[in-house]
Amino acid sequence: MPLLWLIVIVTALAAAGFFAGRARALQSAGGNIRDLHSLPSYYGWNVALKALVPAGGLLLVWLLAQPLYVNATVSATLPEAAIAEGSSRDLLMAEVRRTAAGLDSAVAQGLLSADEARDPQADPDAVSERLKEAGQIITSQITRPILDAAQMFRAMNATGALIMDFAVLAAALAGLGFGLRETQREFRARNTVEQGVRALLLAAASIAILTTLGIVLSLVFNTWEFFRLYPATDFFFGTTWAPSFSGRGGASELGILPLLWGTIYISIVALTFSVPVGLFSAIYLSEYATPRVRSVVKPLLEVLAGIPTIVYGLFALLTVGPLLVGVFGKDGLNIMQSGTAVMTAGLVMGIMLIPFVSSLSDDIINAVPQSLRDGSYGLGATQSETIRQVVLPAALPGIVGAILLAASRAIGETMIVVLGAGAAARLSLNPFEAMTTITAKIVSQLTGDADFASPEALVAFALGMTLFVLTLGLNVFALYIVRKYREQYE
Amino acid sequence: MYDALHRQKEVDVNEIKIAARGVQVHYGDNHAIKDVDVDIEDKTVTAFIGPSGCGKSTFLRCLNRMNDTIPICRVEGSILLDGEDIYDKRVDPVQLRAKVGMVFQKPNPFPKSIYDNIAYGPRIHGMARNKAELDEIVERALRRGAIWEEVKDRLNAPGTGLSGGQQQRLCIARAIATEPEVLLMDEPCSALDPIATAQVEELIDELRENYSVVIVTHSMQQAARVSQRTAFFHLGNLVEFGDTSTIFTNPEDPRTESYITGRIG
Repeated sequence: MPLLWLIVIVTALAAAGFFAGRARALQSAGGNIRDLHSLPSYYGWNVALKALVPAGGLLLVWLLAQPLYVNATVSATLPEAAIAEGSSRDLLMAEVRRTAAGLDSAVAQGLLSADEARDPQADPDAVSERLKEAGQIITSQITRPILDAAQMFRAMNATGALIMDFAVLAAALAGLGFGLRETQREFRARNTVEQGVRALLLAAASIAILTTLGIVLSLVFNTWEFFRLYPATDFFFGTTWAPSFSGRGGASELGILPLLWGTIYISIVALTFSVPVGLFSAIYLSEYATPRVRSVVKPLLEVLAGIPTIVYGLFALLTVGPLLVGVFGKDGLNIMQSGTAVMTAGLVMGIMLIPFVSSLSDDIINAVPQSLRDGSYGLGATQSETIRQVVLPAALPGIVGAILLAASRAIGETMIVVLGAGAAARLSLNPFEAMTTITAKIVSQLTGDADFASPEALVAFALGMTLFVLTLGLNVFALYIVRKYREQYE
Repeated sequence: MYDALHRQKEVDVNEIKIAARGVQVHYGDNHAIKDVDVDIEDKTVTAFIGPSGCGKSTFLRCLNRMNDTIPICRVEGSILLDGEDIYDKRVDPVQLRAKVGMVFQKPNPFPKSIYDNIAYGPRIHGMARNKAELDEIVERALRRGAIWEEVKDRLNAPGTGLSGGQQQRLCIARAIATEPEVLLMDEPCSALDPIATAQVEELIDELRENYSVVIVTHSMQQAARVSQRTAFFHLGNLVEFGDTSTIFTNPEDPRTESYITGRIG
């Protein structure tokens, strides 16, 4: 039975359970709703949940566990002799799975009868011939052990799916029966459903947390692996970034300092540009602009936030870079060699951050109570005095929080840097020189064809981990400051 | 602008400080104040009473042009402060508000120290030449606001950390510090407990010696306790205006009588 049908049947059972539970509850109260503990629909929901949740949970677990179990069992039956020189058990299992999938679709297309596909005496050569005719991708000639394993794989999967169908249906029916049995006049269905809602919300929240945990763990393990191959002190305190890919000879120097400096320098340029502009536009929008101006300008600013960063990168590469070269390059002040530089990337990143800073600051400035402004006006202060001396000091912690959030975005930005800042890792103070950042180097280390177990590829995880710790620290600090600010007015 | 006028004048107890004539206020399409004439006397506490939404706070905010900050609000008629129309184009509302101070319904200390809260007005108006003078102004304002004894040891503590009643007296002291001629109070006690209310009422009574005070209140007892003159507003109209004792004992208009005896409101 296809999976979709199973899901439809379980859902239908739950729906039936809803109506049956509701009717049963009404019946137990003799048709008088007031005699029931909860509203009738709560009894219905209770039965529906009891039918749906255990069956759904079982289905999910089964779907996750069955491939693992089947794979392990089949893999164990493969004889040691079948594994070719230079190959591994995993590669052979991949071949087995491909063969099984090929058999499946050949049967589905009617090119192979179900009996033939199952036949243990089938000739492997004939089968691979048939599969190739059927347009199935078979990389090499199927051997006897692979065919046997593939047939076993199919058989186990078919049996597993059958058992799963029955188990899930049984769970749904049992849940339904149990739910209906407890549907009595005094049963507190409302409280039960309430707990169900709580569990649902909790599950949603834990998915986000577990994902974060998973990301961190994968970073940690790979970083650990990297530090076993490359000394941590050289990584954190090395001033040269010169990866050489194995095969081309020479040991790599993987010092993070030039990248860290590039990241921080570009972020500083971006923030020096975006913070004043963003903050001033926020003050204009929240304090001076008439509602009509505000209704036009605010969406326009937010359009900036919706532009993909790769487009900003193009803008940096094609417009801002040449523009800066025109002024600071050979024909001008002669301090800029090419269009890709810290200044190019920093300026464009600053433009990207303007709406971020301005919309966060705007919210924070608007949250300053009107009574404070009234108090200041009532003492004969002008608008700019009020903003400078009352509104901004009151909003300052929140604004600092907004700036820190913007900083952590600047640190994590990739595309603008790749296109605007160049690829040279160097420690320099000249903002018109090309530099590169941690994020850009992560991209280049992982998109190369280096062996995944080499330090040159694994360094990406150490870089990622550093970046993660950096931005996490900034975010936590920003949230701490913002929260402290909130306590003042509530 | 009215400085020159004011300096030559000798102050007389019943002198008229603010004269409002034919004042109309519109909030968008809503006609909030309908043709109100009121005379506010100097060195007198004038109370505005009336049911919620009757326009008394709106009218109060006209007296120092606080309604200017609300874009949809439109004020017509004339309001004369010492004979000068405050809605004249040549009048700077910022300068006006330094003369006509305001205390609001909810205590609104700035998120600064107690000292800086009081020094805020004197600083922006350049009233002190040096730190010593500023200290003096702050102490005088806090003493007149009847809160000096409670805060003199913690002038650098944040003003928001005081209790509600203390905050409101701080706000009154802050308004006094700029030496206004008129003090407008918009339900200054509605967020306070009875003890703090009594303190603020006592303070209002003392302020009468130097200022013309206008107070909006929901409490008729409060109006009777602190004011000498009372104006009763109803649905945007000024129904009756006269001596407080007369209004409360022998009102002319039946609507006033209904309100003070608790039948409308």
